[in-house]
Amino acid sequence: MARSTSKDAQALFHSFRSAYAATPTNLKIIDLYVGFAVFTALIQIAYIAIVGSFPFNSFLSGLLSCIGTAVLAVCLRIQVNRENKEFKDLPPERAFADFVLCNLVLHLVIMNFLG
Amino acid sequence: MVGKAEPVNGSVKSGSNQSIPAAMQSPLKKSDLIPNLSLKTLKLKTKQQELLIRVSILCLVYVLAFITRLFSVLRYESMIHEFDPYFNYRTTLFLTEKGFYEFWNWFDSESWYPLGRIIGGTLYPGLMVTAAIIYWLLRFLRFAIHIREVCVLTAPFFASNTTLVAYFFGKEVWDSGAGLVAAALIAICPGYISRSVAGSYDNEGVAIFALLLTFYLFVKAVNTGSLAWALASAFGYFYMVSAWGGYVFIINLIPLYVLVLLITGRYSMRLYVAYNSMYVLGMLLAMQIRFVGFQHVQSGEHMAAMGVFFLLQVFFFLDWVKHLLSDTKLFQAFLRITVTTAIAVGAIALGVGTASGYISPWTGRFYSLLDPTYAKDHIPIIASVSEHQPTAWSSFMFDFHILLFLFPAGLYFCFKRLSDATIFIVMYGLTSIYFAGVMVRLILVATPAVCLISAIAVSATIKNLTLVARAKNKVTQTGFVRGSSSLKGSSKASLDQSQPFQRNGAIALLLGAFYLLSKYATHCTWVTSEAYSSPSIVLAARGAHGNRVIFDDYREAYFWLRKNTPPDAKVMSWWDYGYQITAMGNRTVIVDNNTWNNTHIATVGRAMSSYENEAYEIMRSLDVDYVLVVFGGVTGYSSDDINKFLWMVRIGGGVFPVIKEPDYLVNGEYRVDKGAAPKMLNCLMYKLSYYRFGELTTEYGKPPGYDRARGVEIGNKDIKLEYLEEAFTTSNWIVRIYKVKPPNNRCPYAGNDVPYLPWVPTVLRYHFQAMFHG
Repeated sequence: MARSTSKDAQALFHSFRSAYAATPTNLKIIDLYVGFAVFTALIQIAYIAIVGSFPFNSFLSGLLSCIGTAVLAVCLRIQVNRENKEFKDLPPERAFADFVLCNLVLHLVIMNFLG
Repeated sequence: MVGKAEPVNGSVKSGSNQSIPAAMQSPLKKSDLIPNLSLKTLKLKTKQQELLIRVSILCLVYVLAFITRLFSVLRYESMIHEFDPYFNYRTTLFLTEKGFYEFWNWFDSESWYPLGRIIGGTLYPGLMVTAAIIYWLLRFLRFAIHIREVCVLTAPFFASNTTLVAYFFGKEVWDSGAGLVAAALIAICPGYISRSVAGSYDNEGVAIFALLLTFYLFVKAVNTGSLAWALASAFGYFYMVSAWGGYVFIINLIPLYVLVLLITGRYSMRLYVAYNSMYVLGMLLAMQIRFVGFQHVQSGEHMAAMGVFFLLQVFFFLDWVKHLLSDTKLFQAFLRITVTTAIAVGAIALGVGTASGYISPWTGRFYSLLDPTYAKDHIPIIASVSEHQPTAWSSFMFDFHILLFLFPAGLYFCFKRLSDATIFIVMYGLTSIYFAGVMVRLILVATPAVCLISAIAVSATIKNLTLVARAKNKVTQTGFVRGSSSLKGSSKASLDQSQPFQRNGAIALLLGAFYLLSKYATHCTWVTSEAYSSPSIVLAARGAHGNRVIFDDYREAYFWLRKNTPPDAKVMSWWDYGYQITAMGNRTVIVDNNTWNNTHIATVGRAMSSYENEAYEIMRSLDVDYVLVVFGGVTGYSSDDINKFLWMVRIGGGVFPVIKEPDYLVNGEYRVDKGAAPKMLNCLMYKLSYYRFGELTTEYGKPPGYDRARGVEIGNKDIKLEYLEEAFTTSNWIVRIYKVKPPNNRCPYAGNDVPYLPWVPTVLRYHFQAMFHG
C-alpha cells in the first residue's frame, strides 16, 4: 500500500513537472512571485508561533499583505493566461494595471494598519 | 433589431410610472400618426429618444424619492426625530466642531456616569463622516448652512442615490426596463421610507445605499471578472462596514452565494477573481474601523467568509492541477490526498479555535436571528426593543403592498432565466425575507431585494403583454412595418391574426397592471404621510374643535434641564431618553440608548422598581441629582414609563434577584388601580409618575386621578415623597423631573442599620446592603 502510494506520488510528480514545463514564461514568473509571497507568509506564521502575536494588528497586516498580494497575483495570472476563454478579450495591459492599482490600495491600507 | 427592442422598453416604463404623459410613448411608433410632437421636431433617433426618456424618468424618480420623505419637515419643522438620531447628531456636531482626530479619539464623560463611554471606538463613523463631508462641501461652496439641516436631509438624499443604484442593479440583473421599475418602486416603498424620512438621521439611511452599492458592484465584478470592479466592491463594503452593524449580512450572504455557485457547478474564473480580491481587500479595509476591530478573523459570524476563501483556494488549485495533468488516475489519487488533508486541517483549526474560545461564538444580537426565542429567555434588553419583535403579516402588507405577491412572480421569472446575477438576487431575496420575518426592523434590509425582484416581474409581464398587444398592430398596419417579418414578432403576429380577442385581453391586463401600480403609489404615499412621518419627539393630536394640538413636552423638559440645573448635574432616567437628554439638555446621564452595560441599566431598573428609601440609596451611590420620568396619564400617551415598567423590572431582576416580577403583578395581571400589588403602588416609578395626579381631573365625567393611558382610576392617590421633590412638570404632564434631596444632617443613611463606612467606595456600599437585606 505504501509502495503503491509512493510510486503514485512519484508518477504524479513527474507528470506534473512535465506538464508545468509547457507553461509560458510570463506565467512562470507570476507563479514564482506567488510562491515567494506564500513563503514569506509561512515565515511570519512560524515567527508568531515562536514569539507570539502581540501587536496583533501588525501581525495581521504583515500576513494579509503577503496573502493579499499572492491572491492578486493569482488573479493576474488567470486574466493573462491565454488559455482562459473568458478573458480572451481583456488586454493584458489592463489586467496588469488593475493588479498594480489593487496592490497600491492593499499596501496603503497595510501601512495604515501596521501601527 | 433597433426598431423592435427599443420601443418595447420605452412603453414598458411609461406604464409603470404615472407621471409620464401618454403622449411621450407615441413618437416611438411611426411618426405619421402624430405630426406635431416636440420630440419629433428635435429630430432624434430612436436610441437617443430612448436615452432621453430613461434619463428623464430617472431624474423624476430621484426627485420623487427625495420629496416623498419631507412630510414631517413640512408639517412640523426641520428637526431630528426619535432617540438614536440625537446621538448621531451630537457626534456629527462634535466632528464638525473639533475635527476628525478629536472625534476618532473621543472619550465622553457625559454619559454612563460614572463609567463614561469611549465614543471614538464604539460607533460606526460612516454616517457622521458622510454628513460632515457634505457639510464641508456646502460650506466650501459658500452655502452657510447649519449642520442640523444637513443631518436632517442626509437620509432622503441617500434614498435618492439608492434609486440610482437600484436602476443599475436592475439593469445588470435583467435589463434596463426592470432597472427603471426597480428605481421607481424603491423610491416610494414604505419599508425603506420608514427608516429614511427627513429627520431620521440614523445609520440605516446611509447603510441601505451602501448595501445595495456593494451588492451591485460585486455582481458586476462576478459578471465581468474584472479586478477593478472587485476593488470597487471592496470599497463599497468598507463604506457599509463604516455605516452599520448589519454588514454581517453582506459578509455572510456573499460566501453563501459563492458556495451555491460552486455546488451548482456555475463557477468560473471570474468568480475566483471577484470573490478573492473583494474578500482580502474588503477585510483589510473593514478592520480599519475601530469598532469592528479584529472581528473578521476572530468572530464566529465572519468565519463563513474565511472558510469559503480557503475552500475556493483548494477548489481552484485542484481544478488547475486537473487541467495540467492529463492522466485522470493520478489525479484521483492526488485529489484524495489533498481533499482529506484540507478537510482535516480545516476541521482541526475550527475545532481548536472554537473550543479554546479564540473564535468567539455568535453574539446575542445575531444569534437571536437564527434562534428567535433566544433573546426572550436570556437577554431581556434585546427582547425589550420594540423593533426586535417578530413581524406580523400586517406589517408585511403595510410595508410592501402589491410587492408581496409580485415577489413570488419575480422569483418565477428569475428561475426561468438563471444566470449568476439572478441567482444572487434570488438568494438575497430569500434570506432577507426570512430575516424580515424574524425581526420587524429587518424589513428594511429585505426592501431592496423585494423591489428588485418585483421589478423583474412587472417589467417582464408588461413587456410580454405589450408585445402581444402591439404584434397585431404591426401586421394590420402594413404601411408602417419594416423588418417585422424577420423578427420574432411575426410568429406571434400570425398567431394573433386568428385570435383577435388575445390583443384585447392583453390590453385589459395592461390596464389592470397600471391600475395596481397606481394603487401602490397611492398606498405608499398614504403610509408615508400617516405612519412614518412622525418625529416621535413632538406629538400631535386633534383638539375638541378639530384643530391640531401639538405636544412639545419633551423639548420643553430638556430645555428646562439645560437652563435650570447646574452644569454638572446628573440625570437618571430610563435608557430610552439618554441620548436626547445629553444632546438637548446637555447634562450627564446615567444610562443611555447604547445599552452597552447591562448591569448599569439593571441598577437603574432596580432603583425605579424599589421602595423610595432603597432607591434613594442607589441614587446617592450614583450621585444622581435629578430623576426624569415620562408619564402619559394626562394625555393618553401610551409609550410612557409606566407601560415600560415591566421591562425595567425584568432587566433589573435579571441582575439583582431581589427584584421579582411577580411582586408587581396581581394574578399575573399588570394593574395600577386599587387592586394593584402593594409593591407596585409604592415603588419609585409609581410615586414619581402619579405624584399629585390624584388631585387632577383629566376627563369630563371621570373621577380625579383617572389615568387616560391605562383607562383606570389610580390606586394610590395620596402620594408623599420623602427623598425627592418635584422640580418640573411639563405643560401636559408628559415629562416630570424630580430633584434628589441631599441627605439630612442627623441621619445620613435613614432607614438602614449598616454601620457608616467612610472608607468604602459609595457604589460598593449598597452592594453590602443588598447582601444584608437579601
